[in-house]
Amino acid sequence: MSSSNETLGAIRTKRQEIKKEYKEFTGRKVFFILCTLFALLLISGISATLGSYSITVREVYSIIWRGLFQIPQDTAEFIIWNLRVPRIFMGIIAGAGLATAGAAMQGILRNPLASPLTIGISGGAAFGAALAIILGAGFATGKYLIIGNAFIFSLIPTFVIIALTRYRRATPETMLLTGIAMQYIFSALTTLLMYFSDSDAVKEAYFWTVGSLARASWDFILPSFIIITACLIPLLWKSWDMNVMSAGDESAKSLGVNVERTRIFILVLSSLITAGVISFTGTIGFVGLVAPHICRMAIGGDNKFLIPASGLFGGVLLLTADTLARTIMAPVVLPVGIVTASMGGPLFLYLIMRRRREYW
Amino acid sequence: MVRCNGLAKLKVKDVEFSYASDPVLKDVCLHVSASEVLSIVGPNGAGKSTLLRCIDKILFPQKGTILLGETDLKMMKRMEIAKKMGYIPQRVSQIFPATVFDVVLMGRRPHLSWKSSKQDIEKVLEVLEILNIEDLALRDINELSGGQQQNVFFARALAQEPEVLLLDEPTSNLDIKHQLEVMDTIKNVVKEKGISAIISIHDLNLAARYSDKVIMMKNGRIFAAGAPLSVLTRENIKSVYGVEVIVMNESDIPCIIPVAPIGNGKEASRIKQLAKASI
Repeated sequence: MSSSNETLGAIRTKRQEIKKEYKEFTGRKVFFILCTLFALLLISGISATLGSYSITVREVYSIIWRGLFQIPQDTAEFIIWNLRVPRIFMGIIAGAGLATAGAAMQGILRNPLASPLTIGISGGAAFGAALAIILGAGFATGKYLIIGNAFIFSLIPTFVIIALTRYRRATPETMLLTGIAMQYIFSALTTLLMYFSDSDAVKEAYFWTVGSLARASWDFILPSFIIITACLIPLLWKSWDMNVMSAGDESAKSLGVNVERTRIFILVLSSLITAGVISFTGTIGFVGLVAPHICRMAIGGDNKFLIPASGLFGGVLLLTADTLARTIMAPVVLPVGIVTASMGGPLFLYLIMRRRREYW
Repeated sequence: MVRCNGLAKLKVKDVEFSYASDPVLKDVCLHVSASEVLSIVGPNGAGKSTLLRCIDKILFPQKGTILLGETDLKMMKRMEIAKKMGYIPQRVSQIFPATVFDVVLMGRRPHLSWKSSKQDIEKVLEVLEILNIEDLALRDINELSGGQQQNVFFARALAQEPEVLLLDEPTSNLDIKHQLEVMDTIKNVVKEKGISAIISIHDLNLAARYSDKVIMMKNGRIFAAGAPLSVLTRENIKSVYGVEVIVMNESDIPCIIPVAPIGNGKEASRIKQLAKASI
């Protein structure tokens, strides 16, 4: 009797041990997310104090405090509340949107190279914007002309991918390759359009493709924020299905997941998120590719944690990049797209060099 | 031929499947009851894996019916099937990092919507214990050996608490000790929990030792079915595989020793004769 009790006890302690370890493992993931959140707040705080218009740190915070209760009165208040603060918000929203969309796309396409920019979305957006800038034609009017056009055209590649999956099975390869084909087609169309227009329009259209937060304003933040939050909720809800799908289609099907439908659903959500960002900012590269990878190295591939972590980390990356872009050559403000690409490239090379396994 | 009876957990009746116009399965009939291990043997391309995929509704047969319990598979949603049937594909590639614990936890997916509960965690711990892989719980699955990975995916299927287990060549990447261990575990789980297992397998001796029934397939059709002793005979193996074998019966379990492939055997003796002639 006593010996069987002992073995039972041993089993129980073993279980407790694993449970404890698993809890600690989950705790580490939560800790990483909290750290990233803290970093995001810290960088936002620092970023608000930096800029070519010199205001002391103390003054900046008192202006922010006062601005919560009244509309901006003088130049300093105007600069803080209508330029720096919206820019910070837009940076966070854009970084978070691109990174979560990237994490989701890499997950469902089972491809570490998938990102919002590799499946044609940016090509479509650039063409839509160029059409509005050069021909003045589009689906919306006023200040939303370029944005509306970019938004609608950026969704075309996704619709083409979905249409194609009616004839071919919705495998990751088909979807990725179709996206790349769309990227080429739209890039050719944009070039054609530029070839026949005058140089000022070409310059503007080109500058649009180099993403920047300079156009950030309160009018743009709200729609962008709404689109992204509305898509993020179902995305998080589907995170377990995404986990199951990372082990392959057959396994996922045998675990009850409707693989094809889930893949298309998540593709649509992440396309909408990307469109909701880049139609306001222009093409910002690398955040959507690099942020999920760095988070995966830190906390593993569980999408329940990976997606929120990537979002926060993407915000940190983009905000840091934009703060650098504003200050590094002050008073010249560089487009953030240049900084993310030039920062992201070497960073990515470093990550590839130090990876341990086939993946990491 | 195997007769279908009322107690069967799973019945496959006159199933036909073809890729494009290439027929892969024809007139396939089988049934498996509780506490039974059914092995499917046959040469490469005989349709073993395709049959398993049809049974799990990953592929849709053009003709025939598959009954899971009393219900036609066609009427069941994927999630309902997943609650009753676990499938372990031949090759599973987990591309992004995941701990063994999390991979096994995925097996609980059919039973809940999006959040894992205490019972699910307990279930995972229990399964890890059954397969004796508790020490791997927090390791990354990509760091494990082929045999260990196989065990993890088996654990995931067990966490699913299925009534029918489908295993596609569970022993193909394993050394002999692990092969025996995996087959032992399958047999034990099947007997203890009163579930059924359908295994596609290349090793005829393992099939003979561990199965209650064996089905031998050739070109998408069932060539022979029944107890291992009656199916794994010298004549059957010769006509299905084209291989000359010696079958020894060791305490009612056939033991198969391959001797020579038939076609190549003739070739070899012809070469010998030619060699003699030239001397």
